[in-house]
Amino acid sequence: MAVSRLFGATVKRREDPRLITGKGTYTDDFKLPGMLHMAILRSPYAHARITHLDTSKAKQVPGVHAVLTGQDLEGKVNGIPTAWLIPASDLKTPTYKALATDHVRFTGDGVAAVVAETPAIAHDALDLIDINYEPLPVVTETEKALAPGAPQLHDDAPNNQAFHWTFSNGDPDGAFNGAEVVVRHRFVQQRLIPNAMEPRGAVAQWQSGADELTLYNTTQNPHIVRFLASVTNNIPENKIRVFARDVGGGFGSKIPFYPGDALTIFASQVTGRPVKWIEDRRENFLATIHGRDQITDVELAAKRDGTMTGLRVKAYSNMGAYLSTAAPGVPTWLFALIVPGCYTIQNYSCDVLGAFTNTTPTDAYRGAGRPEAAFLIERMADLLAGELQMDPVDVRRKNFVPADAFPYTSAGTLTYDSGNYQGTLDKALEMADYNGFRQQQQQMRQQGRYQGVGLSTYVEVCGLAPSPAAGAMGFQGGLWEPGTVRMLATGKAVVLTGTNPHGQGEETTFAQLVGDMLGIPAEDVDVVHGDTAAIPMGWGTYGSRSTAVGGTAIYKATQKVIEKAKKVAAHLLEASPDDMVFDSGTFHVQGSPDKKKTIQEVALMANLAWNMPEGVEPGLEESSFHDPTNFTYPFGAHICTVEVDPDTGEVKILRYVAVDDVGVVINPMIVDGQVHGGVAQGIGQALYEHAIYDEAGQLITGSMMDYAVPNATHIPTIETARTETPCPHNLTGVKGVGETGTIASSQAVVNAVVDVLSPLGIKHIDMPLTPERVWQAIQAAKSSGSGSGSGNANQPGQPGQ
Amino acid sequence: MYPSNFAYAAPTSLADVLAQMQAAGDDGKLLAGGQSLIPMLKLRLAEPKTVIDLGKVQSLRGIRVDGNSIVIGAMTPYVDVLDSADVQRRCPLLVQTISQVGDPQVRSRGTVGGSIAHADPAGDLPAAAVALGAVVTATGPSGNHTYDAANFFQDVLTTALEPNEVVTSVSFSATDAPGTGTAYLKHRHPASGYAVVGIAAIVMVGADGNCQAARIGITGAGSHATRATSTEQALAGKPLDAQSVAAACANAADGVDLMGDSYASSDYRAHLIRVLSQRAVLQAAQNARR
Ligand SMILES: Cc1cc2nc3c(=O)[nH]c(=O)nc-3n(C[C@H](O)[C@H](O)[C@H](O)COP(=O)(O)OP(=O)(O)OC[C@H]3O[C@@H](n4cnc5c(N)ncnc54)[C@H](O)[C@@H]3O)c2cc1C
Repeated sequence: MAVSRLFGATVKRREDPRLITGKGTYTDDFKLPGMLHMAILRSPYAHARITHLDTSKAKQVPGVHAVLTGQDLEGKVNGIPTAWLIPASDLKTPTYKALATDHVRFTGDGVAAVVAETPAIAHDALDLIDINYEPLPVVTETEKALAPGAPQLHDDAPNNQAFHWTFSNGDPDGAFNGAEVVVRHRFVQQRLIPNAMEPRGAVAQWQSGADELTLYNTTQNPHIVRFLASVTNNIPENKIRVFARDVGGGFGSKIPFYPGDALTIFASQVTGRPVKWIEDRRENFLATIHGRDQITDVELAAKRDGTMTGLRVKAYSNMGAYLSTAAPGVPTWLFALIVPGCYTIQNYSCDVLGAFTNTTPTDAYRGAGRPEAAFLIERMADLLAGELQMDPVDVRRKNFVPADAFPYTSAGTLTYDSGNYQGTLDKALEMADYNGFRQQQQQMRQQGRYQGVGLSTYVEVCGLAPSPAAGAMGFQGGLWEPGTVRMLATGKAVVLTGTNPHGQGEETTFAQLVGDMLGIPAEDVDVVHGDTAAIPMGWGTYGSRSTAVGGTAIYKATQKVIEKAKKVAAHLLEASPDDMVFDSGTFHVQGSPDKKKTIQEVALMANLAWNMPEGVEPGLEESSFHDPTNFTYPFGAHICTVEVDPDTGEVKILRYVAVDDVGVVINPMIVDGQVHGGVAQGIGQALYEHAIYDEAGQLITGSMMDYAVPNATHIPTIETARTETPCPHNLTGVKGVGETGTIASSQAVVNAVVDVLSPLGIKHIDMPLTPERVWQAIQAAKSSGSGSGSGNANQPGQPGQ
Repeated sequence: MYPSNFAYAAPTSLADVLAQMQAAGDDGKLLAGGQSLIPMLKLRLAEPKTVIDLGKVQSLRGIRVDGNSIVIGAMTPYVDVLDSADVQRRCPLLVQTISQVGDPQVRSRGTVGGSIAHADPAGDLPAAAVALGAVVTATGPSGNHTYDAANFFQDVLTTALEPNEVVTSVSFSATDAPGTGTAYLKHRHPASGYAVVGIAAIVMVGADGNCQAARIGITGAGSHATRATSTEQALAGKPLDAQSVAAACANAADGVDLMGDSYASSDYRAHLIRVLSQRAVLQAAQNARR
């Protein structure tokens, strides 16, 4: 193959000009002739019985075409499916109706929908729906929901228990018997709201003559939507086309199939007109899935020299009112298997209880389970270091899986493919000048300035991945990917992918990959995604899988194209295929560089098929269906330095260094961009974001005025660097980078803040580390006088008291 | 987010505005820069039948110097105040404050009159207005009225304005006397960017270097902007060093009807008032010495 030029090059994202000049095609940009608009009435109560529902006034409003209630859907629209049925867990999947009929279970549960000529008429008519509720007792917190006497959400889920899932490896209890040191802590992963820039929406067009549905949808996985829409709306899968051109972010929230999607489809069937539903930002806060919301009780056993010997985790996960599409897999498989992280602990157990509560359903949010895991183990590593008075760097070094131990079978029974954890850590320490910072930290303290440094050394599992593993975990889908590469008569190439990039830049990356292999300019390669009519199949974009899995399928398809083109070129050059050399887009006969055909010439001849070799079919198009043999395991070391204002508790990030190893890199700028975005979201969780419910189950951070999505002023310059350890089990060596930033970052920030405050005896503060939380922790530590650094006269002072 | 139906009027004179208001009765709402009203309409927190846009009333725009006062027309956008050489020179507190309002878009649309009339408990300008002893001029069915800022802000989104009164201008006293310095410090809400606590300070430094007089306006912490009168008194005659300023600011939160929310409790807000008052006073004193 040619010496790589496009592969590995910084190429500007081709999708950006259209997106940043407002020329993208999002769901709301589809305007079909005769299209109606739907608005959904949502329960203002977190838990209630519907005692009265009368839609007659709304139906009379001029311009209203239909008003739908749960009754109208009975027998026609099935419940929203849960598609991750984790085995051996006593999983309960109570019916999640697209519109509630008699019982609402969270603030935002849909109760009726209006379909009208304009969005304004539809919204006005919502106000005319006559509905009465009888409020029921509310429970929003996981442990309270599981406790005896709690308000019950579902008859078929006693004690609000959604599942009880356990995992064990080695002899965890044995490790704790007689352990030299045991560190215990409880961590709260607060609830987060994904907040994709484009809210949820759908345009459904039912063609009654043909009995066919076209669904324009903002989704990460159009083929899964096709599958679930078929199941929910009773439409044969081959009669559904799902289309998703530009998708304005997802972060996991656009994996699920939602009630709004099912309703839009049904509304189009009922009215015989295309119907558009676009949620507003308030609805997005209430009715699109939330993320995280997990409490963990963790115990770590170790030797006095810092060797970790055992780990036990008990987790409580808030699933919300119903189980969203992939929800059960997130706090179980995606969380538990990677908890032991980069470390050689072999004795490990994890016990996860999932609970129903009167809150918005939770599901995958960027990182999905793995940020919780990395946070937990990296906080524990620091707590162990504190307990043993060791440097956090040394604790990590002591326990790393060594670079020569790969492939390594972890306590989570995963086979880590390749890695060099020490390598990324060393590089990060050098970039952050860790030793220099530690010296300077003491001097700063003397001057009354409170600075700290936090580490996060992580490994994650992504590139989701072998379909048999999906099956074993109860995921109701496959995880392979197709790739098709087609060369047209004019020498241009079209690539079809079943992944659905929505910000990750694969329109560019895949064009680089294919252009590089075929020796044609990237501009001559078009990447088509998001259309189930054009693309044979696909499982979508999530779990940092698009390039590792979908990209490998495309790589294999391109290899096949080259193989076929070689036969055609040999035939045209009257040579043997075995004598053909392919270099930089040109075939030539070995030893006779002048006897040559460019791949474009071959493409023309293959498409014309005037003169094909015997037994070779016309055209130049090949497909591959790739199912990996393993997940991929990116890793790295992030280091954050912070300064705390002891008077106000404000945290300022001084530097943020991210050294990642995501395998082979196709486009460094895109990889940097993914790290930047991921780190921003991790910093958001560490310092700012928090979805809060009050006792009555009202989301009190239900708007951009209250819920702090970090903006540019909150995020420091992120200094990125990489090492490159190829993935050994796919052809490109790519691992995946979509989630690493989020998985790696929150704990680096928290570890840094705790490092600042540890002389006061502060061991932990739950996220988000708002100024008040930090200030309260300082106050509490000072009043209890528990500072371990009692000899340290430089405790944060409190002027103004 | 779709507002309820409303009629829209865009009169060109103040007289027409008053007539339109009269006609709309209780169901009219004035529109200035729309940076607070439009979101409220979209959320249907406000559902007026008629929206009367002040944008075409030229007489409500502009900044003039009147002796020792800077008089700013109600419809003057924030950005014009920031760009005014007179304001920069004679009343820097307005620049220090307004430059911390929202973002460039908000500052280009939002107006001085809108901010004052809206009386958002977390608005920035009200803190400067009370500290500067601003005078609000309004006109309405019963003629012209003036209000001292101290009595103007009464409660959450509630002012002393009579029904259907229109703010026409706000007059701020200059602080360019020698030895006077000002500062505005703000703890921003990480989501909204509004003031969790905002402190506007004016410090007059005497020939002896001590505090001759100080005025401190507080916003964000309570239902409306107020002065920290006991701290102002405690500062008078005291040295302007960290220790004595800290002592004087210890009771800066006295008399504030503190509010708390999920981001910051009332205790924390009280604490921020003390810390930010202290810092604002020291910074104002430093500016005075320049
Ligand atoms: C994204 C964003 C961020 C913001 N951040 C901040 C911030 O950090 N700090 C801050 O202080 N503010 C902030 N604001 C609010 C901004 O300052 C508003 O512009 C201001 O509060 C109101 O001014 P306006 O001209 O937009 O008034 P409008 O929104 O048009 O009107 C507000 C209210 O005042 C009434 N009103 C307007 N003019 C008059 C008048 N002449 N006489 C009588 N009544 C009148 C209206 O009827 C309405 O009830 C922000 C706004 C946005 C959208």
